[in-house]
Amino acid sequence: MATNGTFFGYQRENNRIGVRNYVAILPVDDISNAACEAVANNIQGTIALPHAYGRLQFGEDLELHFRTMIGTGANPNVAACIVIGIEPGWTQQIVDGIADTGKPVVGFSIEQHGDIETIATASRKAKEFVHMTSGLQREECDISELWVAAKCGESDTTTGLASCPAVGNMYDKWIPKGIYGCFGETTEITGAEHICAARAATPEIGEKFMKTWQAYQDEVVEPYKTSDLSDSQPTKGNILGGLTTIEEKALGNLEKIGKEISYIDVLEPAEAPLSGPGLYFMDTSSAAAECNTIQAAAGYVVHCFPTGQGNIIGNPIMPVIKITGNPRTVRTMGEHIDVDVSGVVRREMTIPQAGDALIDAIIQTANGRFTAAEALGHKEFVMTKLYRSA
Amino acid sequence: MSIPHLLVHNKLDNVGVVVVEGVEAGTELFAVVTEDNSDFTITTQHDIPIGHKIALSDFTEGDTVIKYGVDIGRIVQNTNRGEHIHTHNLKTKRW
Repeated sequence: MATNGTFFGYQRENNRIGVRNYVAILPVDDISNAACEAVANNIQGTIALPHAYGRLQFGEDLELHFRTMIGTGANPNVAACIVIGIEPGWTQQIVDGIADTGKPVVGFSIEQHGDIETIATASRKAKEFVHMTSGLQREECDISELWVAAKCGESDTTTGLASCPAVGNMYDKWIPKGIYGCFGETTEITGAEHICAARAATPEIGEKFMKTWQAYQDEVVEPYKTSDLSDSQPTKGNILGGLTTIEEKALGNLEKIGKEISYIDVLEPAEAPLSGPGLYFMDTSSAAAECNTIQAAAGYVVHCFPTGQGNIIGNPIMPVIKITGNPRTVRTMGEHIDVDVSGVVRREMTIPQAGDALIDAIIQTANGRFTAAEALGHKEFVMTKLYRSA
Repeated sequence: MSIPHLLVHNKLDNVGVVVVEGVEAGTELFAVVTEDNSDFTITTQHDIPIGHKIALSDFTEGDTVIKYGVDIGRIVQNTNRGEHIHTHNLKTKRW
């Protein structure tokens, strides 16, 4: 498909561009999920974002919770947001954080009102927001306005041969044009950490990456591992697909950052990138829903997800584009795949051609075309938890 | 070029990846090195599922397996050229 280097997106109050136009109904905490889901059920055109946490968190873990909540509401794919929490304090804190973007946001708390009154009041406001936002028109925008995150899942050996290099090729072509990119998966760089460190824009950024990587090894892997990572790195699915060791998996994973570009900063989980356009490393879990959720909370609006064995992940506010180079997965799970690059392993398609196919899919997705995960209703929204609640 | 059965990332690699379904023991595989498009043939000693690796050289216990031109772990069981390489004979050097 020919493109002029533009797409059609929604201009937001803070000058960011969204590619979706949701009215989000965001629970501050687990016990407010029911009210949020009731509002979303009452008012068409809204989406509830239920999750499992938000009570008795403290310190860095609470900061991450707030950052994820605020970042999700602030994401340009969200046109307006209703926040519902059990009590008014933390609810207002999240409302205020989202309001900094200038977008319409209102909070409701349940104590002294009960679910039914809260749902009624919030539903009226949600209906108002749907009327305010559903008529917004897409405008032509330069592709440099896109924030494109990446993460791979249910990887196999074809991931490192075809689908991850396709993402890397896209970044090699688009990072120089001014987009924001993001990769993460801290544990899954293990075995390629020296290569990753060398791909930082400066030695200082490389050291920052190594410090982040080492901290996970010291604070999480070493205290909790058994003989290995218990079929989690690589996963059972990875092993079925032929990946044997974490080193092998990491080297395939890192193909996502291309050949020519460097990353320009290392982000905390869900931290918005503030060093300008370019590629960022984010300290994330390698579990797909956790990683995607905090990449969306950092402000990314489109996601590229290479898979080998067939991860089926989606996200409620950020379209997730699936790319595979495994011909068996194309045959058996085709309904989950947006970009088939299996021609690469047959040597019928080059990596640059695979990158172009992905670029076409990103532009179509940004213009509003549903991804496979959207059509299939995948809305996995999972908070990253740093330690047990109080 | 005909469709490869086996792809090898780097000239230094001592394993390759089967990229077609239904490879059976005794099959002569057409292999391509993606780095430079050079090719060779190798006969597999086992049935190999798509995505799984075969040894391109003989290994003895303690040898290092190279893929992408980089160390991906150590051999824990003697393995001959053409045989299946996976969790039974290759282990991480990390955790």
